[in-house]
Amino acid sequence: MRLGLVVDLDKCVGCNACAIACKQWNTSGTSGSLTDYRPYGADPSGVFFNRIRHYETGNYPDSKTVHFPMSCMHCEEAACVTVCPTGASYKREEDGIVLVDPEKCMGCNYCAWACPYGARELDREEGIMKKCTLCVDRIYDENLPKEERKPACVMTCPTTARYFGDFDDPNSDVSIASSKRDGQELFPELGYKPVNQYLSPRKKVEIKQHEISEPDLVRKVKDWVNKVVEL
Amino acid sequence: MATKQDKISFKKDAFGKNASKLPEFENHKQQTQKNTTCYMCACRCGIKVTLENNKIRYIQGEPTHPVNKGVLCAKGNAGIMKQISPARLRQPMMRKPGAERGTSEFVPISWDEALDMLTERLQKIRETDPKKLAFFTGRDQMQALTGLWAQQFGTINWAAHGGFCSVNMAAAGLYTTGFSFWEFGDPDWDKTKYFMLWGVAEDHASNPMKMGINKLKERGGKFVAINPVRTGYQAVADEWVPIKPGTDAMLALSLVHVLLKNELFDWEFLVRYTNAHYLVVDTPRKKGDGLFLRNNEGVPQSWDLEKECLVNATDPKIKPALLGKYKAADGTPLKTVFTIMTERYLSDEYTPENASKICGVSAEQIEKIALELAHVAFKESIEVETEWTDWTGRKHDKFIGRPVSMHAMRGISAHSNGFQACRAIHFLQVLLGSVDCPGGHLAKPPYPKHVAPPIKPGKKVVPGQPLESFPLGFPTEPEDLAIDDEGNPLRIDKAYSWEAPIANHGLMHMAITNAVAGDPYEIDTMIFFMANMAWNSTMNTTKMRENLCAKNEDGEYKIPFLVVCDAFDSETVGYADLVIPDTTYLERYDTISILDRPISEPHAVCDSIRAPILEPDRDVRPWQTVLVELASRLKFPAFTSDNGERKFKDYKDFIINYEKSPGVGFLAGWRGENGENSLKGKPNPKQWEKYIENKCFFEYKLADNHKYFRGANKDYLEFAKKSGFNASSEPIIIELYSEKLQKFKLAGMGLYDGPQPKKERDQFRLSRFFDPIPEYYIPLEHRCTFSKAFPFYAITQRPMFMYHSWDSQNAWLRQLQAHNYMHMNKDKGEELGIKDLSWVWVESNTGKIKVQVKLMEGCQSDTLWTWNAIGKQKGKWGLSDDANESTKGFLMNHLINEHLPCADTGSPVTNSDPITGQAAWYDLKVNVYPAADDEQFGVYPNFEAAKNLPGRPETKDVLRYNTKKPVRLSRSLIDILTKGGFEK
Repeated sequence: MRLGLVVDLDKCVGCNACAIACKQWNTSGTSGSLTDYRPYGADPSGVFFNRIRHYETGNYPDSKTVHFPMSCMHCEEAACVTVCPTGASYKREEDGIVLVDPEKCMGCNYCAWACPYGARELDREEGIMKKCTLCVDRIYDENLPKEERKPACVMTCPTTARYFGDFDDPNSDVSIASSKRDGQELFPELGYKPVNQYLSPRKKVEIKQHEISEPDLVRKVKDWVNKVVEL
Repeated sequence: MATKQDKISFKKDAFGKNASKLPEFENHKQQTQKNTTCYMCACRCGIKVTLENNKIRYIQGEPTHPVNKGVLCAKGNAGIMKQISPARLRQPMMRKPGAERGTSEFVPISWDEALDMLTERLQKIRETDPKKLAFFTGRDQMQALTGLWAQQFGTINWAAHGGFCSVNMAAAGLYTTGFSFWEFGDPDWDKTKYFMLWGVAEDHASNPMKMGINKLKERGGKFVAINPVRTGYQAVADEWVPIKPGTDAMLALSLVHVLLKNELFDWEFLVRYTNAHYLVVDTPRKKGDGLFLRNNEGVPQSWDLEKECLVNATDPKIKPALLGKYKAADGTPLKTVFTIMTERYLSDEYTPENASKICGVSAEQIEKIALELAHVAFKESIEVETEWTDWTGRKHDKFIGRPVSMHAMRGISAHSNGFQACRAIHFLQVLLGSVDCPGGHLAKPPYPKHVAPPIKPGKKVVPGQPLESFPLGFPTEPEDLAIDDEGNPLRIDKAYSWEAPIANHGLMHMAITNAVAGDPYEIDTMIFFMANMAWNSTMNTTKMRENLCAKNEDGEYKIPFLVVCDAFDSETVGYADLVIPDTTYLERYDTISILDRPISEPHAVCDSIRAPILEPDRDVRPWQTVLVELASRLKFPAFTSDNGERKFKDYKDFIINYEKSPGVGFLAGWRGENGENSLKGKPNPKQWEKYIENKCFFEYKLADNHKYFRGANKDYLEFAKKSGFNASSEPIIIELYSEKLQKFKLAGMGLYDGPQPKKERDQFRLSRFFDPIPEYYIPLEHRCTFSKAFPFYAITQRPMFMYHSWDSQNAWLRQLQAHNYMHMNKDKGEELGIKDLSWVWVESNTGKIKVQVKLMEGCQSDTLWTWNAIGKQKGKWGLSDDANESTKGFLMNHLINEHLPCADTGSPVTNSDPITGQAAWYDLKVNVYPAADDEQFGVYPNFEAAKNLPGRPETKDVLRYNTKKPVRLSRSLIDILTKGGFEK
C-alpha cells in the first residue's frame, strides 16, 4: 500500500482550512501537542504539518496566482529516513507513511535539512521532530464513521482540492484523480520519489462566442420592430 | 521492497489489507459529540464538536448540514483558539469612578448591579423620549430579536451593520428582482456553465462559494473574476479582469450594450417576467414624467400589438410591445421601459470602446465576454423536465435554463455608485433570462419577495409605547421617509432622510458623528453590540475615538452613556461606561431564522440553532438572554402577559414560544403542538429537542415544480403565501424600471406631489442619482478629489482565514497573518522608486498613514490594497504590546472620512451611496511615496497601549493545547534493525 495525497492546484484557493484542520486534529492527536510560540506576542510561530505557500507567475495583467499547500510527501526514497542517526524516522512498510518515533528522536534536525520539501517541524518544547502522519490516528480508527477515516485536511477542504488514498490501488480516489489529470511529483529530479502528487492548474476554459448577425437591434429600434410574445 | 516482517500481529484494516496493529489513539468512551452552528463568520455552517475532558477535542463540518455539507474553513477549524482566547470578557464592568472614558479602566460589578443600572436608565428614556436610546448592532446574527427589542422599546434608532457592509447588494436586488446575492440567492452550482464573480475577495459566502467553484470546475464551466486584485478565488479563475475600482457599473452596462446591439437577449423573459413593456410617461421636466401610465384603478398600461390599444400591463394573455413610442388617450407621449433602456445603453457612452477608457478593461475583452455570455445562455441552454404552471395558468412541461450565473458582494457595493452597479449586474442577468432558472442565479426562500418587500420603516416615537412597525423597512416613495414636517431627519443616523432615502439597513457608520454633533439631536444612551466602532468598523478612526470622549462645556460626555456588549476585549470596549460580557458561540442559545438572515439553500427552506456545547467558565451571559431579561423588566408588550407577568423565562423559551404572527415563529421546523407542522404551526414545547435530535438544523426541501421561476410560478407563489413568506400570491414582477426611484427623482426636481427636499444639495443628489434605470456615475469621492494629488484607488479586502477584527486573538489564525502590508503593482511601485518591503506614506484628503509595502503582479496598476482589520491597538484583543498587529499592522480606516470632502455641499454630507446610505469605503483615493530613510520602521498613527482589563489571564510564551496525553506510536526494534522497507 502507498498511502498519500493528491492536491489539485486548479482548485486550491489558499484558504488555509487544511492547515488549521491539521493543526486542530493533531495537537490533541498522537503527535500532540503541536506547540505554539509567543501565541499572543511578537512574531507568533508554531508547529504546523501543512503550510500553504503562495506564488505568482507571469507578469501583470497576465499574471497567475498559485496557492501551493505543502506537507510531507511520504517519499519512497525518503532522505529524512536515510539520514536519521537514531532510527527514529521511518517509513511504515505496510502503508508507506513516514513517521517519527518520538521516543527515539533526539531532535538533531538532520532530517529537516535533508527534506527538500520543508515538511519537518521541530517541536522545541519537546525537543523532537514532528511531521504529517497522514492522520494515522484517524484513518485506521474503526470507531469513526467510514467516510471520516481520512486525514483532517482532506475531510475539511471546501473546494475538494485534496484527495487521500492508496496509490497502489488503481481504483482509489488518488489514482483516479492523478491519472485523469496527469498528476505530478514535486522535484522528481531529486530522486526521492515523493508519493504525494499535484494536479496542475487546468488550461483556461474556452467558451465559444455567440455569432453576430445582421440586422441588429439598432435597426429594429429605429423601425420599432416588435416580436409578439403573449404574457 | 518488502522486508522481513516483525512478529507484531496483523489484522485487516480499513483498506482491506494487512496492517500492523495500532494502539487505540482515541478513547472514544471519554468523548462526546454535540452539534451546533458555527459563528466564526457569517456563513453559519453546521458543526459537530467532539468534547473530551471538558475541552474541545475537534470541531468538524457536519456532513448532513445543507450549508457546508461537512466541509469547514480555516476559521471554523480554529474555533478552539477562540474558545480559549485571553481576550474573552469575564464579568460585567463599569468605568472606574473618576477615570476618563477610553482609558480602559474598569471595575467589575455584579450582573444584578449591571442590569439594575441599565434598567433604570432605559426605563427613564422609554418613558420620556425613547429615541434617546440608540442601539446599533454589528456582527449580529439575530436581528429579528434585536430589531423587535428596539421596536418594542419604541426607538427608531436601531440598525445592524448592513449600512456599512453590503446594503447596496441587498437593496439593489430587493428593488429589482425580489432577491439578491449571498443570503438572498446563489448561483445554481449544480448546473451553471459560466460564472462571473464581481468584487468578492475571499469572503461571502466562504464555504458555499468554495464548494460551488469545485462543482463548476468539475463540470468544465468557465469562471470569470472581476476584481482589481488577484488573490483567493481570483487565483483559480479562468479569466481575471483587473478592473479599476468603482467602475463595475460601466463594465456591466457595456456588456448590456453589446447584448442589446446584437439582439442577444431573452425577449420572452423580458415580456413575461419584467416590467420592460410597461409604458412610461415621456414629458421631460413636467410633473408625472417618468411615471407609469396607469388606468383609473392605478394599473400600469402596455401597448397590445394585436389589439393595437392600451391594455393593463399585468393582465394575462396580452401581447405587449417591448419597443416603441405611443400616445395616451389624452395625447400624453409614452414610451416603453425597454425603449428607454435601448436609448441609454445603445448610446456611445456604453460602447466597449468608451467603457474601456473608464474601467481599464480592453474593448475586445468586453465584447468577447458579452458574446460568451450570450453563447452559453442561448446556445447551451438546458432543460429540466418538470411540469409547472405559471401565474397566468399556462402549463409548461419543462423549465428552460440559461446556465449563466453571477455573484457580487462588497467590491461592488462599498462604492457610492454601488446600488446602481449592483442593479446593472441584475440587468445583465435579466437580459440573459438567467434569473431563477436552471443554471442561473437562484433565489433562496423566503426570497423572492415582492418588489420592494411591503414593510415600511417605523417613524412615530411615542413615550412608553412600541413603534408602530419595525424600525427598518423599504421606502417606495418620499412619503415613507423618516423626516419631520421641515424635512429634517428623524433618525440619529439620518437613514430614510433626503441624504439616504432608501437606507434599508441604516447608517451605523454615522451614528457616533451625528450623536456627538447633536445633529439632528442629542441622545442619552448608545448601545453597541459586537461592533468595533472605535476601530476597524468606523471611518476616520482617530477622530471617532476623540468623538467618543467628546464633552460638553459642562464636562458631561456628549454621548452621556455608552454601553458595549461583546464577548471579547475589542478597542471599543475601552470606551464603554458599562460593559456587558457576552458568551462565545459555543456557550450560547441562538437561532438562525428565516425571519432574519436565512441560511436557506435555493431549493430548501432552512434554519438552525446554536445549542450550548460548553458551560461558560466566566461570569458572562448571552446577549440575547440579557435582551429578553431587559425586555421583561421594562415590560415590553410582546414580552409581557396580560396579567403583567413576564412571558418568557429566557431566550430559549422565547425562541420556542414567541409568535410573530399566528403560527409563525423564529424557528420553522417541527411546529404544531406535537411537531407535526413545518414552516407554520403552533408553538411546540419540544421544538428545541427536535432540533438537537436533527443536528441543530431544519431543512424543508421544495417540491420539484417549486424550484424555478418562483416569481411567476403559481404553485410556488401559493406555497410562499401559505408559509408566511409573502403576504400575497400575486406574481413578483422584476422591476427593470424603478418607478419608486423615479418618484424620488421627481421630488428632487420639484415635480412631485408630496414631500420634496428643501436643500439644494438634496435636490441635486436626488435628481442626479435616483435614476430609474441604472447608469454608471463617477463615485462621489472621486468627483471631488483632485486626481493628480491622489492618483491611486485604495481598497481593503478580507482574507479567507479571518473575520473582521475577531481573529487576531486566535493563536492559530494570527500565525497565518499577524500584520498586513500595503500591496501595489510591482511595475508601478518600481516606477515610483518604491522598493518591496520598504515603508511608505499613504495620504488621502483625510489623513496619512505609514505602512510597509509589498509589490505584486496581481494588482491593478492604479490600486493599492490591504487586508482588513488586522491592525490592532496595543493592549487589546489579549495581545501583548509588542504583537505585530500593533507594531506593523495598520488600518486603512484612518484615511477614509465619514463625510465627503466636497466643499460645495453646504453642510457635511455622508460618504455613502446617495440612494441607500451604504458606506463608501472603497471610494478612497490616495497618494503614496517612500518614507525617509530614518522612517523605515513602525506604523503611523500609533495609539497608547490600553490597560489590561481586570481579571485578564497572564498569557504564556508557549501554548501547548491538547485534550489528553497523546498515545504515541513507536517503531519496533526489528524495523530499525532491518532498516524498514529500504533494503532492496
